[in-house]
Amino acid sequence: MNAPLQPELAARAARQAEVVAALSAAVPPHILLWQPEEVTPYECDGLSAYRRKPLVVALPETEAQVAAVLKACHRLNVPVVARGAGTGLSGGALPNEDGVLLALARFNRIKRIDPIARTATVECGVRNLAISEAAAPHGLFYAPDPSSQIACTIGGNIAENSGGVHCLKYGLTVHNVLQVRGYTVEGEPLTIGSLACDCPGPDLLAAVIGSEGMLMVVTEVTVKLLPKPVLARCIMASFDDLRKAGDAVAAIIAAGIIPAGLEMMDQPMTVAAEAFVHAGYDLEAKAILLCESDGTPEEVEEEIGRMTAVLSRCGATALKCSESEAERLRFWSGRKNAFPATGRISPDYYCMDGTIPRKRVADMLEAIQGMEGKYGLRCVNVFHAGDGNLHPLILFDANQPGELHRAEAFGAEILETSVAMGGTVTGEHGVGFEKINAMCVQFSPEEREQFFALRRAFDPGETLNPGKQIPTHARCAEYGKMHVRGGLLPFPDLPRF
Amino acid sequence: MQADVLIPLWQDLVREAASRGERIRIHSGNSKAPWWAAAQHSGADTAEHTLDVTLLSGITHFEPTELVITARAGTPLAEIEAALAEHRQFLPFEPPHFARASGGQATLGGMVASAMSGPARISAGGVRDYVLGATLLNGKGEVLRFGGEVMKNVAGFDVSRLLCGSLGSLGVILDVSLKILPMAVAETSLRFAMTQDEAIARCNAWAAQPLPLNASAWLPDRSAGTGKGVLTLRLRGAQAAVQAACAKLGGERLADTDAAAFWTALREQTLPWFTPTWPGDSQAALWRLSLPTTAPALDLSGTQLVEWFGGQRWLISAAPASIILEATRQAGGHATRFRGGDARAPAFEPTQATLLRIQRQIKTAFDPHGVFPTLF
Repeated sequence: MNAPLQPELAARAARQAEVVAALSAAVPPHILLWQPEEVTPYECDGLSAYRRKPLVVALPETEAQVAAVLKACHRLNVPVVARGAGTGLSGGALPNEDGVLLALARFNRIKRIDPIARTATVECGVRNLAISEAAAPHGLFYAPDPSSQIACTIGGNIAENSGGVHCLKYGLTVHNVLQVRGYTVEGEPLTIGSLACDCPGPDLLAAVIGSEGMLMVVTEVTVKLLPKPVLARCIMASFDDLRKAGDAVAAIIAAGIIPAGLEMMDQPMTVAAEAFVHAGYDLEAKAILLCESDGTPEEVEEEIGRMTAVLSRCGATALKCSESEAERLRFWSGRKNAFPATGRISPDYYCMDGTIPRKRVADMLEAIQGMEGKYGLRCVNVFHAGDGNLHPLILFDANQPGELHRAEAFGAEILETSVAMGGTVTGEHGVGFEKINAMCVQFSPEEREQFFALRRAFDPGETLNPGKQIPTHARCAEYGKMHVRGGLLPFPDLPRF
Repeated sequence: MQADVLIPLWQDLVREAASRGERIRIHSGNSKAPWWAAAQHSGADTAEHTLDVTLLSGITHFEPTELVITARAGTPLAEIEAALAEHRQFLPFEPPHFARASGGQATLGGMVASAMSGPARISAGGVRDYVLGATLLNGKGEVLRFGGEVMKNVAGFDVSRLLCGSLGSLGVILDVSLKILPMAVAETSLRFAMTQDEAIARCNAWAAQPLPLNASAWLPDRSAGTGKGVLTLRLRGAQAAVQAACAKLGGERLADTDAAAFWTALREQTLPWFTPTWPGDSQAALWRLSLPTTAPALDLSGTQLVEWFGGQRWLISAAPASIILEATRQAGGHATRFRGGDARAPAFEPTQATLLRIQRQIKTAFDPHGVFPTLF
């Protein structure tokens, strides 16, 4: 039955030879990989459920090589997918089978820290946390702190508009970047943004941040640095009811407080996290909130007092405030390790990323409980409660027939419920390859076409990371046909996509 | 008129204009009209049609605990600010109204289209940092909704923020959702005598420390001598933080009412500095220079007022546009002619060729028939 595939394989081999030859003429051969065993490590990003081998992996060492790869690919009409550390959770860096994977991890130099202007100019492959470490001697830090910050790169953060546990107060990537520099799909240099506060005309920097590598290839980023708060303290509050915990989140905001972080975990999540890191979580609580204050010691004392009063009034059954930095970090350790902790209790898990209005948090948790029965799968919940950004982790075993598809259908229903509650299918992980069908639910055909038109303004041939983020009409029509009310697909065991 | 009646009429207008190759001038409360006209290269004064966004007005959704407000584009900013103030919330970027200076009334749509922010911009962020979602009527007559009412949203390209600064070139903004914040508990303004260079250096040094700095303004003080001036600094935040910062920074403390009047007059450009009376200024234009905060004082004729720790500088000067544009570019920023001067000279400086090409292609992506004005 494989016989009909042979001509396709031969065509792919011929195309690969053509692309390798063109690239070898443009860049040193040692930065190119194309043997199957060489490209296998690049076949997926942090979402390992989807894997594809690219034609060629290019590992440029200089900007001139980036430009040369792009020019050669543009000439041959070859798709280019840029990749940082490969920690993304939506398949945004999933390779294109007919394309070149542009792995930019070697761009790892911090070029300039300017403590007076409070900026850092770094190459795209610099790790998120490395920026704050380099800025620390000046008493400064880079605020967005995705949980993967020890590994993820600033270039990937730009592609995804990454958030983190502190973005309620300090904003997302889009709020903390001044300028990006890089190349167009044609290999021409391009600078977006400026070291000043603004540029004339439409805000192109906002369009490029979160564009999932579909508008340009970014090689250098200038970020804003903020003065490091002198002190941070965290309150851990227990609740005997999910709804009370959800209401407490709204009450804190209503009291005029913007915590540095405001996170919630449900009971199954705290149990899993406690077993993994021994953070001292209250295992009897139906939900716990982590509520952080940072600033000067005087500010923190004042704010912690106000937060404590609100949480008590909202019916917290226990309140504990960190008395030392070690204790604060211990409170956070379970939250920051929610994903690996989940990995210990389930062979596989599927992480969702919907965002909803805060007041709907309890409604959503109840809806998810209902879906657990419907799909016969468990779900543990951790989320950025202050932002209404949920990370339900659906537990499944990919070795059990049908479980992956049930997990996908479960996830699709969570996302559709997010949209129905006035929210969005992705708060910070990006659409990538994973949530592309959900985009059919959130946007009209005209809106999706406008996205494509904007993309073509940068990339007329649509070869930068094609097939990601924005679904085609054909794809949505197909999804609509398969799509039965409530996200349940017919023939759930049938392989798709 | 009801939005569900008005918007289909506007869609028809746009489609008809597109089919006939005609143009539409979009206006709202006309508070920024002089600058608006200067910024639009073509289409504004010769358009066959006008579209009055003030007809589309009203707050459609406001929930204080969600920190989000959604309103139609023609809603007066004053109405939005009053609704927020009832819940001790506000727009942290302090958008200017220019009501007294222009005789117009600032609206939400104009605020986003112009992307103008007030004194707190340097610490609190700008308009673009608070836009969460927007509905757009594009040049094909389609009504499109981007972003939403939630704090974090990375579904699709960030078109709602792209509209910030678009000046109507990509279409008619119909409604906008904004993130809002609670008002700070405490606020104090301090004053220091110093030169412009000293003010820029001090503001940047202070901004690198964990202090509740919110806004700065340096104005020349002719009575004190050439080059002399006064820096006014506003602190905002928790009571304890503001008190501690006052003790640390020194300076002369302003009475609260005087401080409030000063910052409002600065934002609204009603400070006497904005209407100089010395002889020979009739040919002078008001320029806005957007610069890296650390750029040293620019040696240009005329008088300068420095905000945003050095990031926004106002210049009243009769110097040729080319000299001002070049000096600003050399310093790493850009200049726009804000009011007065030679109306034939472009308000924006030319940008890099590749970027210019992309800007034009974006314009075409949203407005393929050129119904709306062109910026680049």
